[in-house]
Amino acid sequence: MPGKLKAKIVAGRHLPVMDRASDLTDAFVEVKFGNTTFKTDVFPKSLNPQWNSEWFKFEVDDEDLQDEPLQITVLDHDTYSANDAIGKVYIDIDPLLSSEAATVISGWFPIYDTIHGIRGEINVLVKVDLFNDLNRFRQSSCGVRFFCTTSIPLCYRAVVVHGFVEELVVNEDPEYQWIDRIRTPRASNEARQRLISLMSGELQRKIGLKVLEMGGNAVVGYLQCFDLEGESGLVVRAIGTACTLEKLSGGGATNNAQHTANSSPSKDMKESPKACMSGCRSSHSSPVHGAASRLAQSFSVSYPTLLFSGMGSGGSAGKEAGPLKILLRQQTQTALEQREFPFFTLTSFPQGFLLHVAGVVSARSVKLLDRIHNPALGSTRSYKLLDWSSCSADEPETRDAWWEELRQEIKSHARALGCHAVVGYSESTSICEEVCILSASGTAAVLNCRFLQDGCLDVLSEHRCDDSAPPGCGFCHVPYDELNMPFPAQLSPCCCCHRTKVPDVLFTTIDLPTDAQVTGKGCLIQARLCRLKKKSQGEGNATCISNLLPFLEYELHTQLLNKLKLCGMNALFGLCIQISVGENMLVGLASATGVYLSALPSPGGIQIAGKTPNDLTYDQHVSSIQRKINDTIVKNRELYEIHITEVAEDVIGSPIPEPRQRSRLFRSHSESSDELSELDLSHGKKDAFVLEIDDTDAVEDLHSLLTDAPTPPGFYSCNTEIMPGIYNWTSAIQMFTSVRVFRLNNANLTNLGLNKIFNELCENLLKSLYFKLRSMVPCCLCRLNFTVAVPEDELIQVAVTAVAMSFHKDQTQEANKAAQAHSQMKAIAETEEQLQFPLELNAESASPLSPKGSGPQDGSNSHGRAPSVDYSSFADRCSSWIEQLRLRAHTIRRGSIKTSSSPLPEGRSRSLRSTRSFPGSSVSVVKMTPLSFIPGAKIVKYLGIINMFFIRETTSLREEGGVSGFLHAFIAEVFAMVRAHVAALGGNAVVSYSMKECVFMENPNKNQAQCLINVSGDAVIFTRESDQEGHLPQTSHPQPTEDTPP
Amino acid sequence: MSVELDVFVGNTTIMDQEVYQLWLSGYTVGDAVKVRMDGGVLDGCDASAEVLRSDTMDQFRTFQMCERLLHNPAKLANQLLFQIPPDRQAMLIDRYYAFDDAFVREVLGKKLSKGTKKDLDDVSSKTGILLKSCRRQFDNFKRVFKVVEELKGPLVENIRQHLLLSDRLARDYAAIVFFANHRFETGKKKLQYLTFQDFAFCAGELISHWTVGAMDNQLEDMDVDLDKEFLQDLKELKVLITDKDLLDQHKSLVCTALRSKTKVFAEMEASFKNLSRGLINIAAKLTNTKDVRDLFIDLVEKFIEPCRSDRWVTIDVNLYLTHYINSAHILDTFKHQAVWNSLWDELFKMLTDIQHVTVCFLVKMGMVASGASAAAEGTRATAASSEEPVPVHPTQFTTSISFSFRDMLNVGCRAWPHSG
Repeated sequence: MPGKLKAKIVAGRHLPVMDRASDLTDAFVEVKFGNTTFKTDVFPKSLNPQWNSEWFKFEVDDEDLQDEPLQITVLDHDTYSANDAIGKVYIDIDPLLSSEAATVISGWFPIYDTIHGIRGEINVLVKVDLFNDLNRFRQSSCGVRFFCTTSIPLCYRAVVVHGFVEELVVNEDPEYQWIDRIRTPRASNEARQRLISLMSGELQRKIGLKVLEMGGNAVVGYLQCFDLEGESGLVVRAIGTACTLEKLSGGGATNNAQHTANSSPSKDMKESPKACMSGCRSSHSSPVHGAASRLAQSFSVSYPTLLFSGMGSGGSAGKEAGPLKILLRQQTQTALEQREFPFFTLTSFPQGFLLHVAGVVSARSVKLLDRIHNPALGSTRSYKLLDWSSCSADEPETRDAWWEELRQEIKSHARALGCHAVVGYSESTSICEEVCILSASGTAAVLNCRFLQDGCLDVLSEHRCDDSAPPGCGFCHVPYDELNMPFPAQLSPCCCCHRTKVPDVLFTTIDLPTDAQVTGKGCLIQARLCRLKKKSQGEGNATCISNLLPFLEYELHTQLLNKLKLCGMNALFGLCIQISVGENMLVGLASATGVYLSALPSPGGIQIAGKTPNDLTYDQHVSSIQRKINDTIVKNRELYEIHITEVAEDVIGSPIPEPRQRSRLFRSHSESSDELSELDLSHGKKDAFVLEIDDTDAVEDLHSLLTDAPTPPGFYSCNTEIMPGIYNWTSAIQMFTSVRVFRLNNANLTNLGLNKIFNELCENLLKSLYFKLRSMVPCCLCRLNFTVAVPEDELIQVAVTAVAMSFHKDQTQEANKAAQAHSQMKAIAETEEQLQFPLELNAESASPLSPKGSGPQDGSNSHGRAPSVDYSSFADRCSSWIEQLRLRAHTIRRGSIKTSSSPLPEGRSRSLRSTRSFPGSSVSVVKMTPLSFIPGAKIVKYLGIINMFFIRETTSLREEGGVSGFLHAFIAEVFAMVRAHVAALGGNAVVSYSMKECVFMENPNKNQAQCLINVSGDAVIFTRESDQEGHLPQTSHPQPTEDTPP
Repeated sequence: MSVELDVFVGNTTIMDQEVYQLWLSGYTVGDAVKVRMDGGVLDGCDASAEVLRSDTMDQFRTFQMCERLLHNPAKLANQLLFQIPPDRQAMLIDRYYAFDDAFVREVLGKKLSKGTKKDLDDVSSKTGILLKSCRRQFDNFKRVFKVVEELKGPLVENIRQHLLLSDRLARDYAAIVFFANHRFETGKKKLQYLTFQDFAFCAGELISHWTVGAMDNQLEDMDVDLDKEFLQDLKELKVLITDKDLLDQHKSLVCTALRSKTKVFAEMEASFKNLSRGLINIAAKLTNTKDVRDLFIDLVEKFIEPCRSDRWVTIDVNLYLTHYINSAHILDTFKHQAVWNSLWDELFKMLTDIQHVTVCFLVKMGMVASGASAAAEGTRATAASSEEPVPVHPTQFTTSISFSFRDMLNVGCRAWPHSG
C-alpha cells in the first residue's frame, strides 16, 4: 500500500445551465480513483459553485497510481430524475510520482463532455504521498521519467544511454463491443477514453519496469501510438530510449542557456554518455502464433529499401570492411551486437556520439488483422477490461511478433550498410479495414565505440586527437568500405577534409547534427504520390498493396531526389515517409529538410532528354524545359543562400589525399567554370540525372518538380528542429494545427490526375499557412509535420502541426538592438565592450568565409558516412524496374568545394551567436511548440509527460457549423485542455508537442461526426533569459562596422 | 473535387482586425473575400483567392465561437478555450460593442423589445447597415440594459465594470440605456438634425443632475431613474406664467437688459410671453411619464422653433436666456427664492446654445435640483435671495457653464441656420 492520493475540489465556474426553469445548476462532484468514489455536497443554484471540499484520500498501490487516472465527474443534482452529468476531467497523476517533476497539481481544468465539448471549469488540488517500495518484484516503476523530446532534455546530462525499450498492450475496443449497441454514444466514448488512459498508464509502467531492470531512470524519445484496429481491437504501443539522466546543476545551467539560444539541444551532453551494454529487451519472446501465419503477406523491405539502404542480402558487409574500419567496428559491434535491437529513438545526440551515418533504412510489412478470438471480458479486475499479463490471449504476442520481424529486418539492413546501430528510429501503422501496413524506419549509423564503454571519459579526448577527423564532416563519411559497397554507390572524397569518402547524397531520419557544416539555409522538401488500387478484400487486398508498395517508395524516392537537386542541395534530414492505405488508393507523402552539406559534393543538375532527338520542335520543347529547370536551380541557390565558391581545393593544413583523389580535385576545379552543368568526375559517367520526358513517370516528375511554388519571401520551412543558417530567433512563436479533408468527386481518376490533386492539396495548404502567418515574417516554419490519411473512399485528409518562429531579419537590426542593449546597460565597463568587439570582428570576418572553411570544432572524432542515392545514367533506361533501381541508385559527383582555414574563429562565432538573447516579455500564457526548446528561453524544469486522448462526437453537425466548425472547436478544446493541465502542473510551456492521431469520421446524412485526437508533449517551466545574461553574446554580428559602439 | 473540411487552429488565436471588422459588419464570407481582395491583401503574396477564402472562413468561424464569450466579456478574460493576449481581448470587446451612429439614432429611445427587433430590417434598409450587424448592435443594447437594470451605483461605472468597455463606449451605452429606460422620443422629423452624440451629451447631463443618484450620493444610488421630487419641485415654476404681474415684471426686466444689445430685440420683446410660457409648461409637466418622453420634441417645438423663425442667432438666444434667468431673481415677489434663483439661472441660460439647447436646458435644471434639495434642508434659505446667485456647488456650476459656453462657441455657429 505504498501511496496515498489526496484530492480536493475547490470550485467551479462558467458551468452550463442545467435547470431551464431557474437558469441555474445544482452541481456536485464525484471523485473517483480505482474503485473508490467520493462525492462533494451539492452546491445549489449556482453556475459558479464553491465546494471547497475536504481532502479526499485514496490509499492505493503504486501500480494503480501509474495505471489509473484520477476521474472527476461534475454532475447536476436532480431530485426526481437521474442526475445529469455535466462533464469529466481525467487527471494523469504520473507527474506526481517522480520526485523531480511536479509536486502538486492545482488549477482550473476544463470540464469536458464528449458530446458537448468544454462546459465550464473546475478547480482541483491533487497531491500524492509516496512511500518507498523496495520490493524487488514490484510491478510498478514509479519515478522513471518519460520525455517525448527526442534529444537529451535540456537541463539533464546523459550518464548512460541504455538503448531501445518497447512494449505494447492490446485490448478490445469498447466501441466494438456488443454493449455498445445499447449504451449511449457518451457512455461508449467515455469507456474508450478511460480504457485508453488506463492502457497508456499500464504501458508506461511496463516500460518503466524495463528501464529499471536495465538500470536506467528515464525514457527519452518516448513515442506512444494507438492502432485502432476496429473489430480486432485496440493496440497501444510505445518505443523509447532508456537512459540514465543526471540533472545539471549550477554550472550546467549556464551552459544550458547557450544551448537553448543556439537551439541545439544536444550539446549538453558533451560530458559524454556511455551507451551501456545491457541488451535491449522485448517483453514477449514471442513464438509466432497461429495468427502470424494468417498474414497475407509479410512483405518487407527487400525491394523498396534498397533504394535507401542497399541490398539487404549483403548481410555481412561489416566483416568484410577494410582493415581500419574493422578495428573500430570490432569494438563497437561486439558491444552493440549483444543487444537485440541497437536502436535509438533519439534524433539528435551529444557531440561525439554519432560517428558515421550511412543512410535511411526502412522496412514495411502488410498484415491482415485478425478477428477477435476471445471477448475476454471479466477475466480481470472490473476496471481493466483485460489484463494481459494474466490473460493468455495471443493478441499481443502476434503484434509483438510482427514488430519484431520488422525490427530484425531493419537491423539487418543496417548491418548491410556496415552500421551497427539505428538512430532516429520510429514505427508507424496505417490501417484500412482489415489490412494494416506496419512501417519502421531509422538511420543506420556507427556510434562511437568509446562512448559505449564505461569510464572512458578521459580517454576520449586523446582519441579525438588521434582520429583528428574534422568534426564538421565526420558523420558524412561512409562507414562501408569503398571496395565492398553494399550497393552500387559512387563515392567521392570529403570536401572538407579530403581524406575520406563521402556519398554524393545523404538521406537521414535524424536532425541535423549541431556541428555539421552547412552552406546556406535549408528548406522543406516533400514528395507526394497517390496510386490507385483495385478495391478488394482480405488476402487479395493485402497482396495488391504489397505489390504496389515498392513502386510507390521508389517513386517517392525519385521525387525527393529530383526536388533536392532542384533546390541545389545534397542531403535530407528528418526524412519521414508515410504511406497511407485507403480502400481504393495508396497515398505516400515523404517530407524532409534539404540542406547543402559542405562536406558532400555539389549536386548535379537535372538534364532533360527527349526520346526522339531528331524532331526539331521536340528539341525546342525539351530545351525550354531544360532552361526552366536550370533557372529554377539557380533561383533556389540564390533563395537558400547556397553560394558555392568552387575555388580552392587545396586544403590548408589538411593532409593531401592520395594522388588519385587529388587529380580528381583538380579536374573538378578546371570545370567549375560552368555553373549549371555540375561537374561529374566520377567514373566517366554522365554527370547529371537524366530525365526522359517521353516517359510518363518522367513527365509526372517534371510536373511536380516545376509546380512546387517556392516559399514566399520572408518564409523558410523545415521539418527538423532547427533551420541551418538561422540563429537569431525572436521569442515570438506560434504553434498551430491545420487539417484539411479533400473529397474526390470524380470517379474515373487516373494516377496522374490523382497525383496532381494531392500535390495541389499539399501546396495549397502550405500557401494558406504562409498567408495566415504573414504577419510573423520573417519567420521559419519548423517541425512541419504532415500526416496523411484516407479516412474514406474518396477522401484524403492532411493534418499539419508546426510552429512558426520569427527571427530578426538582418543582423544589422540585431546589431542595433545589441547596441541599444549595450547603452542601456550601465555598469559593464566600456573597456569590456571594447575588448569584446575586436573579438567579434574576428569571429565574424571569419564566418563569411566559413562556407569554404571547414571549421573543425571539437566534436565527433571520426568520419561519418552517408547513405546516398542518386540516380544517374538514366540514359540507358531499362525496362525492368529493378534495373532502373540500380542505375538510379547512385552516382557520384565530386564538385570539390573549399577548404578550411580558420576553424577557431568560426567556432567562436557560433557560440557567440548562440547565446544571443531576445527582447521578450514574460507572459503568463502556456506556450506550445513541437520543438524541444523555446527560443530565447531556458527550460529549468521538466514536469512530466502530457499524453492525452480525447473523443468528441456530435449528433448535430450542422448546428455546430458543419464539419469544419466541429473540428475547429474540438482542436481548440484539445489545446485548451493541454494548456490547462500544464498550467496545473505549474508549467508555462509544452515542448516536443505532437498530435499523433487525428481520426475524423463523418456521416453528414445523419448529421453526425466523430473525432479522436491523441496529443503528447513534455510539460516544462521555462524562464526568459534576462537581458544581462544574454547580453554579451548578443554582440556578434556579421558586419564589423556595425559593431562599433557609437 | 472539393475541400470538405478546412480548419486552422493556433495556440494563440490568430485574428485579423480587418476581417473582424468585416465580420462585425455582417458580411458573408463571399463578400468579405471580395472586400479583402479589393483591399489588396493579396498584393505581394503568392496566394490565390482560394487561400483568402479559406483564411476568411477560418476567422469567421473563430469569431463565431468567440461570440458566446463576448456576450459576457468578463468571461473572455478567464476562459480557457482561446488563448488571446489581453490587448487583443480588449480590442475584441470594444469592437464588438461598438455601434454605428446611424443605427443607434434609429433605435434611441425605443423600447428594446422583440417588436423593435422585428423592425430591424427596416432600419437596415434605411441606414444601409447589414441586418446581421443591426441585430448584433440591438442585442448589445439589450444585453447591456439587462445587465445594469438591477444594479445600484453609477451607471457608467457599472457598465464599464461589468462589460469591460472603454470609457467612451461606457458613456455612450449609459446614454442608450438611459434613453431606452425613459423612452425619450427622438425619432420625430423635427429632431432629425440632432446626432447621437448630441443626445448622448444630454443623457450625460441628465444622468449627472436629474437622477436619483445625482441627488443623493448615498447607498441607494440609482442612476437610471429621474428624481421624482425634483420634477415635483419644477411645478412651482408655474407661478411665473400664471401670475400676470409677475409675467409682466419679468418681461420688462428682461427687455430692459436686452435693449440695444441685439438686432432682434423687437422679436424678443414680442415673443417673450410665448417663449416663457412654453418653457415653464414643459418644466411643469415633467411629472407625467408621457411628457418626459416628449421632452426633446417639446423643447424644439415650443422654444427652439419660435426662436429660429425669428431668426435669432446663437448669441441672441444666449443673451436672452441669461437675462431671462437673471431677471428672475430680481422678482422679489417670488416666494421660494432659493429654488427660483438657481432654477432659472441655470435653466434659461443654457437654452442659449441651440445646438445643445436641450442639453443645456437639462443641465441647468439639474443644477437647480441640487440647489433645491439644499434649500429644502434649510441651509441656504437667505442666501438665495441675494443678487448674485450662488450655486450650491460652485465648482460643478462653473464647469457646467464653461462647458456650455465652449459648446456654444464651437458648435453654435454651425448648427444655427442663420448665424454668420
